[in-house]
Amino acid sequence: MISVTGREMSVSQWALRSLRLDSVLLVLLSILLLLGLAILFSATGESVVALERQVMRIGLGVVAMLLVAQVSMHALRAISPWLFVAGVLLLLAVMWVGDVGKGAQRWLDLGFMRFQPSEIMKLAVPMMVAWYLSQRDGRPRFRDLVVTAALILAPVYLIMQQPDLGTSMLVGAAGFLVIFLAGLGWRWFVGLGVTAAAAIPILWSQMLDYQRQRVLTLFNPESDPLGAGYHIIQSKIAIGSGGLYGKGWLNGTQSQLEFLPERSTDFIFAVYAEEFGFIGVALLLLLYFAIVARGLWIAALAQDRYARLLGGSISLTFAVYMVVNIGMVTGLLPVVGVPLPLVSYGGTSLVTLMVAFGILMSIASQKRLVNR
Amino acid sequence: MAERDAYGEEQQDRERFAVRILLALVILGVILLALGWRLSGLQVGAHTHFTTLSENNRLRVEPIAPTRGVIRDRNGVLLAGNRASYQLEVTVEQAGDLDSLLARLRGYVELSEADVERFQRGVRQRRPFQPVLLKAGLDDETVARIAVSRHELPGVEIEARPLRFYPLGSKFSHAVGYVGRINQQDLQRVDGRAYAGTSHIGKSGVERYYEDLLHGRPGYRQVEVNAQGRVIRELSVTPPQPGTDLTLTLDVNLQQAAYRALAGRDGAIVAVDPNNGEVLALVSAPGFDPESFVHGISQADFAAVRDDYRRPLFNRALSGQYPPGSTIKPLVGLAALDEEVTTAEREMFARGYFQLPGHERRYRDWRREGHGRVDMSRAIAVSSDVYFYDLAHTMGIDRMVPILGAFGIGQRTGIDSTGERPGILPSRNWKRATHDQVWFPGETLITAIGQGYMLSTPLQMADFTAALAARGERYQPHLLRAMDNGVGEPEYRLPLLRDPVTVDEKHWDAIHGSLVEAVNARHGTAWGSVGSTRPEYTIAGKTGTSQVFSLGEDEEYDEEELARRLWDHALFVGYAPAEDPRIAVAVLVEHGGSGGRVAAPVAREVMDAYLLEGAGMTIDVPEDE
Repeated sequence: MISVTGREMSVSQWALRSLRLDSVLLVLLSILLLLGLAILFSATGESVVALERQVMRIGLGVVAMLLVAQVSMHALRAISPWLFVAGVLLLLAVMWVGDVGKGAQRWLDLGFMRFQPSEIMKLAVPMMVAWYLSQRDGRPRFRDLVVTAALILAPVYLIMQQPDLGTSMLVGAAGFLVIFLAGLGWRWFVGLGVTAAAAIPILWSQMLDYQRQRVLTLFNPESDPLGAGYHIIQSKIAIGSGGLYGKGWLNGTQSQLEFLPERSTDFIFAVYAEEFGFIGVALLLLLYFAIVARGLWIAALAQDRYARLLGGSISLTFAVYMVVNIGMVTGLLPVVGVPLPLVSYGGTSLVTLMVAFGILMSIASQKRLVNR
Repeated sequence: MAERDAYGEEQQDRERFAVRILLALVILGVILLALGWRLSGLQVGAHTHFTTLSENNRLRVEPIAPTRGVIRDRNGVLLAGNRASYQLEVTVEQAGDLDSLLARLRGYVELSEADVERFQRGVRQRRPFQPVLLKAGLDDETVARIAVSRHELPGVEIEARPLRFYPLGSKFSHAVGYVGRINQQDLQRVDGRAYAGTSHIGKSGVERYYEDLLHGRPGYRQVEVNAQGRVIRELSVTPPQPGTDLTLTLDVNLQQAAYRALAGRDGAIVAVDPNNGEVLALVSAPGFDPESFVHGISQADFAAVRDDYRRPLFNRALSGQYPPGSTIKPLVGLAALDEEVTTAEREMFARGYFQLPGHERRYRDWRREGHGRVDMSRAIAVSSDVYFYDLAHTMGIDRMVPILGAFGIGQRTGIDSTGERPGILPSRNWKRATHDQVWFPGETLITAIGQGYMLSTPLQMADFTAALAARGERYQPHLLRAMDNGVGEPEYRLPLLRDPVTVDEKHWDAIHGSLVEAVNARHGTAWGSVGSTRPEYTIAGKTGTSQVFSLGEDEEYDEEELARRLWDHALFVGYAPAEDPRIAVAVLVEHGGSGGRVAAPVAREVMDAYLLEGAGMTIDVPEDE
């Protein structure tokens, strides 16, 4: 699927002329990834092993990003429906033969590696919706809404069954952001809002006990200080005790003495907040905002509707990621298991995100090529 | 046209998209501001609050147990000390499966039911990473074997901890008392915080009475712990303040001599210095091994000791209440002289029995044939019951009680130990209050010979004997001589005087004379066993026989035919030297039979040990057991 070498040219020429990337985005992402490694080193208790593995993942992610960046938008658009269908089939396969990890059935064992098909859907769903809407003219109409809603909700439902509330939510957000960006009329949003409100009781009945517990604990974490509330309480202590300037890198007692659970994964933001304080936190939020803004800028300048919608969705989904994680760690949102993008320890989500940024870079290059 | 339409459509779509992008950016900006607001609330607004919580998380204050004060006798001989004891401790977090660990450990060390029971209780109550005691008092060989196999026993530690030991064991078990593991009851009478790091507490005797002094004040160390409770580093230390060392009034030599003098019989001996109230010996036999309580006694072993018919745990000297028998006669005589009921010189003919006027009942003398003509002195020396029946009848109970009370009968002496009982001083009021009955004249008679309702403890008998010896000067008997908290000079306890017994001097002379006569005259009850052996100093004393059960008026009392356990208790109280008393002794031999034959020689041995051998005697301390 990375076949861009249709043209005849020398390798050096090819490399020089065709390495399509966006330097501003690349710099911003590099800063975030390096900062992330520093936080991770502290969060894992200065584990060199963990650091090396994360560096390898980042390397893999950067390679994936650069490769995807070389793919033309035309090709991406062409494979969108097929990727979507493949992803749904894999999700179904997981339900039958998936491995159970941490009590949830999310993994598919391919023999040489294990991966989560739900990660594919983070990209496949917005690609599919963008593909569908790019076939249509003007604002999405009711029919479009029904079709795209079905395209989004089917995989969301499957992922919820695994159960993986965080990922299903992100997949849903990625899909609906495409509809939003396509210019869906405001009355539909009001309608969606009402429907969503009405769906809450149904959703509640579909939730598993641990998911409900998480939601309930959100509103009163102190009610269960040793159980479900422990994460949020310890996280708030870590963040709050960081103060304005923080306790200093590697000096956060909440994380170094292991009071903070999941400190290298979902709660890594609390480690950062404890050690770097409010000033560090404000700078990090600015960095995230800059990445999202650059992504939206690229999308705004994209040449066709498909690229625009996909690029915008990717940028905003990245923002949703960040907002949900920080909201969760600060006790504003329930603990749904969304990592801090590009910082949390772990491979799959990082590689998926880097592939998404590869798509953004491809969009950026498409624009540049056409302009030239 | 169509192309322009398409172009216009594209342009429109682009503009619509730009508006949505702007909108999204604005929404994202607002959300980020909200997050920033939230974070500033946590990090700036509530910073102090969360800093406190964070400190509470990571800081822990651990108590350091103070070293318990040691207890010595008046010569400085150690009675209760601390020594390192090797004990097996398990850190559960590192041990893996406990059942399999215990099974493996049984290959190295014998684990009793009690050990395992206590261990499992400790496991439930521990803090994370706090080692739990499995077995105390390991011997060197076991320590070595476990040390060699440490790698097979994860989480198992051998710790040397100070543990109470009693070099003289059972001989001082009642005088000094013992410490045992702290239980819930103990925690209710002490400040639990002060005992947070302490495993043992005084359970009886001096160990318990002076618990506050002996325990000391705990120290603290502030440590940083991780979420599992494992100590990461030590931040500060406040050293503990060790307990106060106590020097007792007891004399090791005298105590051991007294113990020996009982020669395995059950009984009690209390020796007091009449000039200051210092208790020189306090023996209750049989004793028990106090260290078995320190190591933690099993239910079965404890039941065996508790239910032993000889009652080794019972402190006869302080808690045993016995009819004082004839030993009370000097006090009754003194009361009669003071009340001018009679004179020392007045004689009467003492027959074998006494009858109240108008009553048939015969109150028998212990000697069937009576004692013939006796005055006060001879009546005490030969221990004529009939003389005292007559005296009591004339005097009446109401005039007898005040002086007996002044000597302390029926009241605790207030000795600095535990378990003291008050005895009983019967009176009209007492009988009405306890039995709801009027006082019968016959009860006055038997009260005068120390039988009936009257009860006294050996300590009380020694106490009133000391008061007799000191002509009514009454020092409170006490065990503490000096305390040394390591700061400055030891602090000596001053003798405490109680209300004296005030009687005309010539009455004291008369009674003292009678007590010398009882031991040193041929007709005296202690002549045969003591006086006839010509002691090197003059002993004054009074024998007594304390009836275990009362006989009907016509029953014959034949010791030989009775089971030994129904024999009378043999009593002797006395002091010496008679001219300048330095020691007052009370001896009780349970079921010993005759006071003169059995108890008096015991008292004499104690006096010999103190007056003859005391100064030059080498201190006889057994090797470390």
